[in-house]
Amino acid sequence: MKRALLTVEHLTMRFGGLTAVDDVSFTAWDGEITAIIGPNGAGKTTVFNCLTGFYQPTVGRLLLERADGERFLLERLEAYRIGRDAKVARTFQNIRLFPRMTVLENLLVAQHTSLMRASWYSVAGLFGLANYRHAEDAAIEKARHYMELANLVEVADWQAGNLPYGAQRRLEIIRAMCSDPVLLCLDEPAAGLNPRESAELNDLLLLLRAEKGVGILLIEHDMSVVMRISDHIVVLDYGKKISDGTAEQVQNDPRVIAAYLGEEEVA
Amino acid sequence: MAYLLQQLINGLTLGSIYGLIAIGYTMVYGIIGMINFAHGEIYMIGAFVAVIAFTAFSNLPLVVAIMLVLLFSMVITAAYGWTVERVAYRPLRGSFRLAPLISAIGMSIFLQNYVQLLQGARNKPVPPMIQGGFTVMQEGTFTVQLSYLQIMIVVTTLVLMAGFTHFINTTSLGRQQRACEQDKTMAALLGVNVDRTVSLTFVLGAGLAAVAGVMVTLYYGVVDFYLGFLAGLKAFTAAVLGGIGSLPGAMLGGILIGLIEALWAGYFSSEWKDVAAFSILVLVLIFRPQGLLGRPEVEKV
Repeated sequence: MKRALLTVEHLTMRFGGLTAVDDVSFTAWDGEITAIIGPNGAGKTTVFNCLTGFYQPTVGRLLLERADGERFLLERLEAYRIGRDAKVARTFQNIRLFPRMTVLENLLVAQHTSLMRASWYSVAGLFGLANYRHAEDAAIEKARHYMELANLVEVADWQAGNLPYGAQRRLEIIRAMCSDPVLLCLDEPAAGLNPRESAELNDLLLLLRAEKGVGILLIEHDMSVVMRISDHIVVLDYGKKISDGTAEQVQNDPRVIAAYLGEEEVA
Repeated sequence: MAYLLQQLINGLTLGSIYGLIAIGYTMVYGIIGMINFAHGEIYMIGAFVAVIAFTAFSNLPLVVAIMLVLLFSMVITAAYGWTVERVAYRPLRGSFRLAPLISAIGMSIFLQNYVQLLQGARNKPVPPMIQGGFTVMQEGTFTVQLSYLQIMIVVTTLVLMAGFTHFINTTSLGRQQRACEQDKTMAALLGVNVDRTVSLTFVLGAGLAAVAGVMVTLYYGVVDFYLGFLAGLKAFTAAVLGGIGSLPGAMLGGILIGLIEALWAGYFSSEWKDVAAFSILVLVLIFRPQGLLGRPEVEKV
């Protein structure tokens, strides 16, 4: 049975006189991939910034409901609590890895909350005490598991900044996964990828959905990614939602075609 | 030959002290991109706490006393480092770039005057505690001396630097520190408490400066409230020479500045040794602004 993971109601974001997002409502279902698409400037990234606490929405309710029944109103949480407590993780349009740390270290930073607790704020870590060793082993094991999924095991000790572009994208996604999110927000993960890297990205996202059951919210321009993997697509144009449905429904919606192809007066 | 060896020994000792202070400059620059000009004063406070503690623990056996003084000085100086960041820099984060720098200069003057008023303007001496040493070699009438104190300073510094490098490279907290240094926003999104990590950087830097303060108290046997100014500037020069933001660079730069100063004083003129050290600063800034081990500044677009 489908369960609503994120319910966005009447989200509006104004910057002075500009309304970037205008009364948008949609639902992202648990364990599904929901894509948000639209022409440039449609307000997609603004929606993400509201979800992850970068912006305080002007109007609207952002309800996250986890499988264990715990509920969070994201618009009321501070930015760092959205990641730590509500378990919403995100990536950015431009890659933001820690370039001078290894692939493995990047994945360990994402697990630092549990590591810190186990290491008594590094006092135990410095002396290599047993419980810290144990926690660190568990963290490395988890990192290894994700590196296998993303095909990055061989480059575990590379500096992240030296990886090829496609591998950096995949690393960014599994780093977000290492914080055990219930909702993963990806901002244009396929941007700048070649067709082969794009296909690898598709595989990774489908694998994460199947194996981890994580809900994925995706902003993407690359329609080969969007149409292939999305369960459900929300289309924005000039800050308003103009369509919502499966890939097939959206592709045949005259308003979507008008927005993308610039058709004259629909009505 | 013998004379050169003696100057190298002296330079290495002095350089160890500069290196310990330089780490504080370089780490703070790495994480918040500002030069903490009050760091020299933090080191001076470390030296003053050492004088007070040595007086208090003078009845104890020497080894115990030194251990206690180190501990005492590190804890109190670290508390000063934490407070300076909390009071003078954190409120200005997100302000224009020069604001924390000006605040740092103000903090530096404040701390100098604060110690001068509380402890008096006169030199404070401590009795020599660790005496004796080896005669390394003899050449004519000139003997090369390596004192126990010099050995202790260099060994303590090397152990601390190794331990510190290990801490930054392998522990969870060190990883967090490096993550904040590279991308604070992303680190926060992954749940890292950035403010606490910055505080930690100041605490660690001050702790190392305190060790340098204890060592200098033992080495010269006298401290005054103005001690931090010149030493701070030289340690800053060391950090720039090694490449500001680079941890191994700060250590290397400290030792090089110590050696340059000792050799200059030994072969040319001891009155001009500060000129030598600061000429290095100017030359590095002109010809290799990224320093010996630093990364060239890449303009972010």
